[in-house]
Amino acid sequence: MKNAVLVYAEVRYGRVHPVSYELTGKARQLADKLETQVSTVIFYDELNTPPEQFFAYGADEVIIVKDDCFHHFNQEIHTNVLSAIIEKEEPQIVLTGATSSGRTVLPAVAGKVNTGLTADCTGLDIEEGTGLLLQTRPAIGGNIMATIKTPNHRPQMSTVRPKTFEVPEKEERTGIVKTFDLTDEMKATRIETLGFEPLDGANENIQEQEVIVAGGKGLKRKEGFELLERLAKLLNGGVGASRPPIEAKWIDYPHQVGLSGKVVSPRLYFAIGISGAVQHIAGMETSDIIVAINKDGDAPIFQLADYAFCGDLYNIVPMMIEAFEKGIKG
Amino acid sequence: MHIAVLIKQVPDTDNVKLDPETGTMIREGSGTIINPLDLNALEAAVKIKSRIEEECLITTISMGPPSAEYALRESLALGADEAFLLTDRKFAGADSWATSKVISEGLKKAGNFDLILAGEKATDGETGQVGPEVAAMLNIPCSTYISGIEIEQKSVVVTRSLEDGYERQRIKFPCLLTVLSALNNPSMPTLKGKKMSRRAEITKLTAEDIDIRPEELGLKGSPTRVVKVSTPKKTRNTKMYKGSKITEGIKELFDEIKGEQII
Repeated sequence: MKNAVLVYAEVRYGRVHPVSYELTGKARQLADKLETQVSTVIFYDELNTPPEQFFAYGADEVIIVKDDCFHHFNQEIHTNVLSAIIEKEEPQIVLTGATSSGRTVLPAVAGKVNTGLTADCTGLDIEEGTGLLLQTRPAIGGNIMATIKTPNHRPQMSTVRPKTFEVPEKEERTGIVKTFDLTDEMKATRIETLGFEPLDGANENIQEQEVIVAGGKGLKRKEGFELLERLAKLLNGGVGASRPPIEAKWIDYPHQVGLSGKVVSPRLYFAIGISGAVQHIAGMETSDIIVAINKDGDAPIFQLADYAFCGDLYNIVPMMIEAFEKGIKG
Repeated sequence: MHIAVLIKQVPDTDNVKLDPETGTMIREGSGTIINPLDLNALEAAVKIKSRIEEECLITTISMGPPSAEYALRESLALGADEAFLLTDRKFAGADSWATSKVISEGLKKAGNFDLILAGEKATDGETGQVGPEVAAMLNIPCSTYISGIEIEQKSVVVTRSLEDGYERQRIKFPCLLTVLSALNNPSMPTLKGKKMSRRAEITKLTAEDIDIRPEELGLKGSPTRVVKVSTPKKTRNTKMYKGSKITEGIKELFDEIKGEQII
């Protein structure tokens, strides 16, 4: 639909990434201000949930592109198809999740259709009067918030951090289902995806955890993570780390939180033996509740924490585990 | 084989301290460095060169102020064979699209590359967009978040380290790859390399040397505009627990997370 707010949904092996619902809901709010429509586009070969469910989250239209070529992720085909849809539909805004896929496909689309793109947005709004999209993103390690707009190029495009917006309440709504046909030219690719190996249980995606227990250099040894795992398990959460433990190979890279790892935003974040380098803070500062444990009372992480425990983590963490266990039992 | 490595000179944020009053970065005296992930990209190029039998040339290229020459000299000390600096006042204020435009045109002048390597993102802008945008402008395939590289005859097999697992892709040359720190451990410059780099010539390219329209340059050529910059206010009310207060703090924390139904 011309001038629509378009959401490029993400599917991995049949599963819709929740950010696609979050953004369809946000797109609804933006479209209402602009008095326009919301289109959600979805590429897949198989899907665990019907694409029509996007109507319930705010879409007026779902554009389906179903083909075997979407079994594995292929950024080149995604770029070709999304660019073609943008040229055909002429949306005024394009949104997608700031995930590894979104952050790979959307810049390529921006280079191809020659428009602006703002990365990792944490706020979106419509400017009064001009109707332009105002995109807010953290800059310089999150110490500054920059608001960016795209005055003359269309579409205005953003990648948005997962969990920035809530998944909206489902509403009873219907809409139009459209299909988009692929051409051989769009499917032509110089990339072959050979396979995907999901992380095992111990390495599950910490970005989807509600609680993260993260450790840093202050743990001093690999075994410290066993203690953190106990706390994480008790709270049904995952284990994270700052950069030094990853470099020391105490724990695998998928656990790294920060600019060179993952940006997370759980409801509860523990920074244990983490001093709080800018690079790490940028990856976790939007967490709801932040608990810091550090023996250095001047550690920068304390400036950011809701709960600052100053002392030896090897005393405090076992105390916490014991108290929580007792508390849970009632 | 001809490899290009994209280099960005960034402020040395690793040692930056935060102002406790305002929460902003204290930038004074922080100096500049090569963007850390670009060092991983350069290290990958040097490793490839040492492993393959055919002749291999490594070219580094950067867009930046004249002082970015230092970053390029360091890249030569670390094993690059030649370096290009895209520098012109007209480039100033470029967003990721306008930056990508200049770099892609600069790459066309600098050589006929089989492989272009770059860091996944820079520590200052943090967008991670320039790599994929440059590839799109050059119409070559691009793969991102790379933690493993194996070179084949006419292609490269990469491991991508993603949120939920590892993906393997085979990509035909020429292509562009953006890399993560998990790929390798960058080497330190050798004494010989340092000596050589001090005398080496860095080729400078200005707006006139590349094939680009004036309206595509710098701030004027940038589709995006920064309209407001603000410092987020500290909204957290830090409660500090020490010594005998720790037990009390743990109880308060437990009550809150229980109230919030996290536990």
